[in-house]
Amino acid sequence: MIQEAANKNEAHIAVTDLTMAYGDFVVMRDLNFTIGQGEVFIIMGGSGCGKSTLLRHMIGLIEPARGKVLYDGESFWDAKPEERDRLMRRFGVLYQSGALWSSMTLAENVSIPIEEYTNLNSSQIRELVALKLSLVGLAGFEEFYPSEISGGMRKRAGLARAMALDPDILFFDEPSAGLDPVSAKRLDDLILELRESLNTTVVIVTHELASIFAIADNCVFLDPDTRTMLTTGNPKTLLAESKDPKVHTFLTRGEEG
Amino acid sequence: MTETAAEQCGLSFQKQADDTLSVFFAGSWKSNQGLPPFNKVQQEIQSNPQYKHVTFDTQELTDWDSGFLTFLIKVFNHCSQQKISVNDEGLPQGAKRLMAIATAVPEKETHTDKVPDPLLSRVGAQTIEVVHASREVLDFIGEASLAFLKFLVGKARFRRSDLGLIIQDCGAQALPIVSLISFLVGLILAFVGAVQLKLFGAQIYVADMVGIAMVREMGAMMTGIIMAGRTGAAFAAQLGTMQVNEEIDALTTLGISPMEFLVLPRMLALIVMMPLLCLYANLMGILAGFFVGIGMLDLAPMQYFYQTQAAVDMTNISLGVIKSVIYGVLIALSGCLRGMQSGRSASAVGIATTSAVVTAIVFIIVSDGIFAVICNALGI
Ligand SMILES: Nc1ncnc2c1ncn2[C@@H]1O[C@H](COP(=O)(O)OP(=O)(O)OP(=O)(O)O)[C@@H](O)[C@H]1O
Ligand SMILES: [Mg+2]
Repeated sequence: MIQEAANKNEAHIAVTDLTMAYGDFVVMRDLNFTIGQGEVFIIMGGSGCGKSTLLRHMIGLIEPARGKVLYDGESFWDAKPEERDRLMRRFGVLYQSGALWSSMTLAENVSIPIEEYTNLNSSQIRELVALKLSLVGLAGFEEFYPSEISGGMRKRAGLARAMALDPDILFFDEPSAGLDPVSAKRLDDLILELRESLNTTVVIVTHELASIFAIADNCVFLDPDTRTMLTTGNPKTLLAESKDPKVHTFLTRGEEG
Repeated sequence: MTETAAEQCGLSFQKQADDTLSVFFAGSWKSNQGLPPFNKVQQEIQSNPQYKHVTFDTQELTDWDSGFLTFLIKVFNHCSQQKISVNDEGLPQGAKRLMAIATAVPEKETHTDKVPDPLLSRVGAQTIEVVHASREVLDFIGEASLAFLKFLVGKARFRRSDLGLIIQDCGAQALPIVSLISFLVGLILAFVGAVQLKLFGAQIYVADMVGIAMVREMGAMMTGIIMAGRTGAAFAAQLGTMQVNEEIDALTTLGISPMEFLVLPRMLALIVMMPLLCLYANLMGILAGFFVGIGMLDLAPMQYFYQTQAAVDMTNISLGVIKSVIYGVLIALSGCLRGMQSGRSASAVGIATTSAVVTAIVFIIVSDGIFAVICNALGI
């Protein structure tokens, strides 16, 4: 059955007939979309419509009520636990709240995954941590605790931790929320750079229209009214061609059309 | 409503055409002055069922705030229920715009008019919930035991520095409160015993009573209850907050087991510290008995000492210590379990903390009862 899916599906990540629910409360149903290797994919939709929930399903924190999430044709939840662990290790995740471990310094936060999964010695780890922190503009903040830095800085530190192991797939939940326009732009550049240099697939939840048009290859729209997805595709093409007024309103902030 | 308030905000009605009601607003409509009751409008509409349209006249209206808007929203809602059209032409410009925004958001379907489930299905749902909850507890205990086994074979992954910090927090820093409580418990035991034993001239047996009661029961039990309130609650709050901040998710996605990384060091810390605290509490309790003995009952210090030594044997001491280890595990498990189960809000962390303490104390008392039965059966 997994084999069959693999033959049908060349995509890197495929979400098929996914229904997400908390108990009896169905958040979204019948989601179908695919994400290619090295793609920047954006999840859009109004506040509270289930974007973070979708992300949590994709990274294997919540089991779907129905449907599947396939990685290279392999169904995440049908896989054996060890296989799931192996898949998860390919993910880097930035949570909406940053989710830094509050009892550890930034350096420790970033170095934990490296210590866990590589055999580098401590000075190599230190260099790697310094590199990751400087990539997000936090050089020199190694010894700070999460409670001692600002919300935007926490987000960026979370980003550094997500990138620590050079993962195949990066998941970002609203990475630019709380960042000033210049930092947000730098973040976009960083994402494109990661894609170019490491061929990383990036899945982002965001509302920032500027970055959506600047970096997205594809996107999916979640609609809270019908509790399913409206459409998927390239945002520029969607803006030009989609007949759906909701898509237009969202992509133009309701200012035209 | 006072007379002046009624003057300040006037509300009156006029029939304009056969099917049109005009509502007049006058004076100052501010929520802190008290506004006319809405049911005046309701009554007016009900007593004239021919109305199909409502208009507003606000020429006399001098001042308004959100109170005016909430009144208008009630009018709008009532009219739409009664299938009466509302014309907002007559409203002040600002109010008109705010009303447009306030009524534009589609109201979520609320479940207020949901009929309650029948009794049987509620009983069923509750039963399923109980089964579910017990399975969660068993799951947790199983996973914790696995983590502990992994630790024994040296494969568990956690930070040694975390363990050190937790040990310090639930060991050394708990000493003052443990000293105070166990000293007082020893004192109380000695007083109660002294009064009774004096009647028989058997004062010296206060030493036996305090010694055995402290070492066998009260030392372990009191440290258990103190640590449940102090450390069990702290564990639940720490893990609950980590749950809120998605920190536990972050561990899971990195393939680091929260069981090993968070629960195991907490369990180890209590396993190590509880027996020490228990021995210390025993000592404090006996010391309190000693003071009562020589201060109130005029016993000789050495006499009290030898009497205690004779009464308290190794069996009693080790029984207390074994109990304290078990209590430590129970406290750590209930604190961590409730913390991990915590919802994702500040109030959920509060609930988790409370329920951690309750769970731990219940477990402690129940296991003490089981111990008593077993000891009785074995004749210890
Ligand atoms: N743990 C939970 N239990 C029950 N319901 C939940 C839970 N988490 C989220 N929800 C509900 O699921 C829906 C989607 O939440 P989600 O966090 O995915 O929204 P979102 O699209 O990420 O919103 P935002 O843009 O504000 O972050 C919301 O209606 C929320 O109330
Ligand atoms: Mg979200």
